Amino acid sequence: MKLVITGNHAAAYAAKLCRPHVISAYPITPQTEVVEKLACMVADGELKSDFIKVESEHSAMAACIGASAAGSRSFTATSSQGLALMHEMLFWAANSRLPIVMINVNRAMAPPWTVWADQTDSLAQRDTGWMQFYCEDNQEILDTVIQAYKIAEKVSLPAMISLDAFFLSHTSEAVDVPPQADVDRFLPEFNPEYKLDINNPRAFGGLVTAEWYYEFRYKIHQAMQDAKREINTVGKEYAKSFGRKYSLIEPYKADDADFLFAASGSMVSVVRDAVDKLRKAQKKAGLIKMRTFRPFPKEELIKLVPGAKNLCVLDRNISLGNEGIFFTEIKAALANIKAKPMIYGFTAGLGGREVSVNDVMNIAKSIETHKAAEFNFYGLKK
Amino acid sequence: MKRQKRHIKPSKRFKSHKDLPPMSVSSVPTSVNKTGGWRVLTPVIDYDKCISCMICWKFCPEICITAEDKPKIILEYCKGCGICAFECPKKAIKMIEAKG
Amino acid sequence: MNEIKFYGRGGQGAVVASIVLANAAFKEGKFVQAFPFYGVERRGAPVAAYTRIDTKPIRSRGQIKSPDIAVVLDPYLVTALNITSALKPGSTIVINSSKNIISFAKNFNVYICDATAIAVKRALGDRTNPIVNTTILGALSKATGIVKLESIISAMPEKVYVKLEENIEAAKEAYKTVKKI
Repeated sequence: MKLVITGNHAAAYAAKLCRPHVISAYPITPQTEVVEKLACMVADGELKSDFIKVESEHSAMAACIGASAAGSRSFTATSSQGLALMHEMLFWAANSRLPIVMINVNRAMAPPWTVWADQTDSLAQRDTGWMQFYCEDNQEILDTVIQAYKIAEKVSLPAMISLDAFFLSHTSEAVDVPPQADVDRFLPEFNPEYKLDINNPRAFGGLVTAEWYYEFRYKIHQAMQDAKREINTVGKEYAKSFGRKYSLIEPYKADDADFLFAASGSMVSVVRDAVDKLRKAQKKAGLIKMRTFRPFPKEELIKLVPGAKNLCVLDRNISLGNEGIFFTEIKAALANIKAKPMIYGFTAGLGGREVSVNDVMNIAKSIETHKAAEFNFYGLKK
Repeated sequence: MKRQKRHIKPSKRFKSHKDLPPMSVSSVPTSVNKTGGWRVLTPVIDYDKCISCMICWKFCPEICITAEDKPKIILEYCKGCGICAFECPKKAIKMIEAKG
Repeated sequence: MNEIKFYGRGGQGAVVASIVLANAAFKEGKFVQAFPFYGVERRGAPVAAYTRIDTKPIRSRGQIKSPDIAVVLDPYLVTALNITSALKPGSTIVINSSKNIISFAKNFNVYICDATAIAVKRALGDRTNPIVNTTILGALSKATGIVKLESIISAMPEKVYVKLEENIEAAKEAYKTVKKI
């Protein structure tokens, strides 16, 4: 059934279809409508779920951890300051191997106080052990939540699905919401091998010395490598069940491109437009949509770039003291390959500033005319 | 009262990142923001009924009721929330449909 | 692609109007996008809402810099926000007003409709804060033809939860009474 809905509501419908046993969240602009909608569904009896109201995001994640550890499929949502408040618990969730799925609305960190789009919040959680997905549009938000539970429960790692504040969270567009029966067929019940069970009592998270801590970490590292394969496998299964295919990394007109863009989030739509415009002007442009950040699609990226002369990475984020975060990671992934493009980084759109087709064309032009530095702050008021 | 510094809109004062202070900080106190313009309903005190209990002064979220001999509402800031009228034990405050 | 910008104040229903319009166009088989812009979130603060309608998938994101159709829910905003400066000559403006308030109307296609009077008559909102969004959509349909009135009416139930009949009648009346300046 096709509905014209916001990104937040797409996330809510998706979560509902996955039949979470427990939802625990704290409101924050611009995420609030995700859990508001779910709360209505629970109150109206449309969704059988335990909705736990908590007093902070730290507790929201703690509640999800407890629930997931007891074998319940769990869901939460947050953004920026709330995500930061959960930071300690994010490590706990991943290191406990709990397949929690969380929606994060990408919002810039304060101060200055802001509510608008910026990816620094989720990217700053890079090392917590969570898988990270970045959505281009509302359909992808819905589709990714459903796939994420399947992937997460397969590799036993939590998944964070990010969507840009206001550009997606509050923007209404047509989304195909699949029937419950189809999702039930696609997504089996959550049945972990290890869980809190009074009939089979165990203690989780106990002390481990240097003798074995290292190997526990390696197992997570391995799970992240397995996730690369699972993301593609589940993406293909999703296409069979719902008609839309997804993969770890998504090229657009990249095969014969000599100028490649790499971008993530809602900005990808705009870059697609720019690629088409450049192609019309006889320029061989292409795009690599960075759909996942963790696990980082190193091998897939290496396969896509050798033919290009220039690779331009667009980042709606910044690691202060260094550069755009996707830029740094992409350069690192390509560091040791022989044939690679000149890689440029452009940070743009922080704090919700818009990045239009013209902006992307200007960026491409600056590289073409050798006016671009290796790393640039695009559109700065000088 | 000290003369207030004139607040100039950031878009007019700043042209470049070089013009900004290191962090977001107001150049003037928030008292330059005359929120009275937001009002749809205006409180009016009937001083014949008022007993100077100062409950309205205590409850006002804008701190725009003065606690002198009789309470006086500073309409420059009053947003017309109506809490004073609601809390007044003598029903001496009425919210009227006017900007006042 | 049609790019429509709604100008209103917080609480007047500009955001709902943008979504009802999107739903109406969607029912006619178009690709749509609707998006609000909030500044300070309070009653009475200016609010902008956008709707994009196209026959192919929409890739643009973010605020519409130069809409081809402007819908003004509060006449005071025309001057307060200097609305005409953002519009290209020949754009269409639909204003909730009982009289012509634009002195240079010849540069634009200006339509006026007394949506406030129609809304108040049908008790939509109250005198201090009439809800004129559904009314003005009726006027928009007649003035521009970008969606049919029937599509707007069929799109209302999804976002209009109270006084549905009155909202429908208000839109119909606006459709009949809107006039070009």
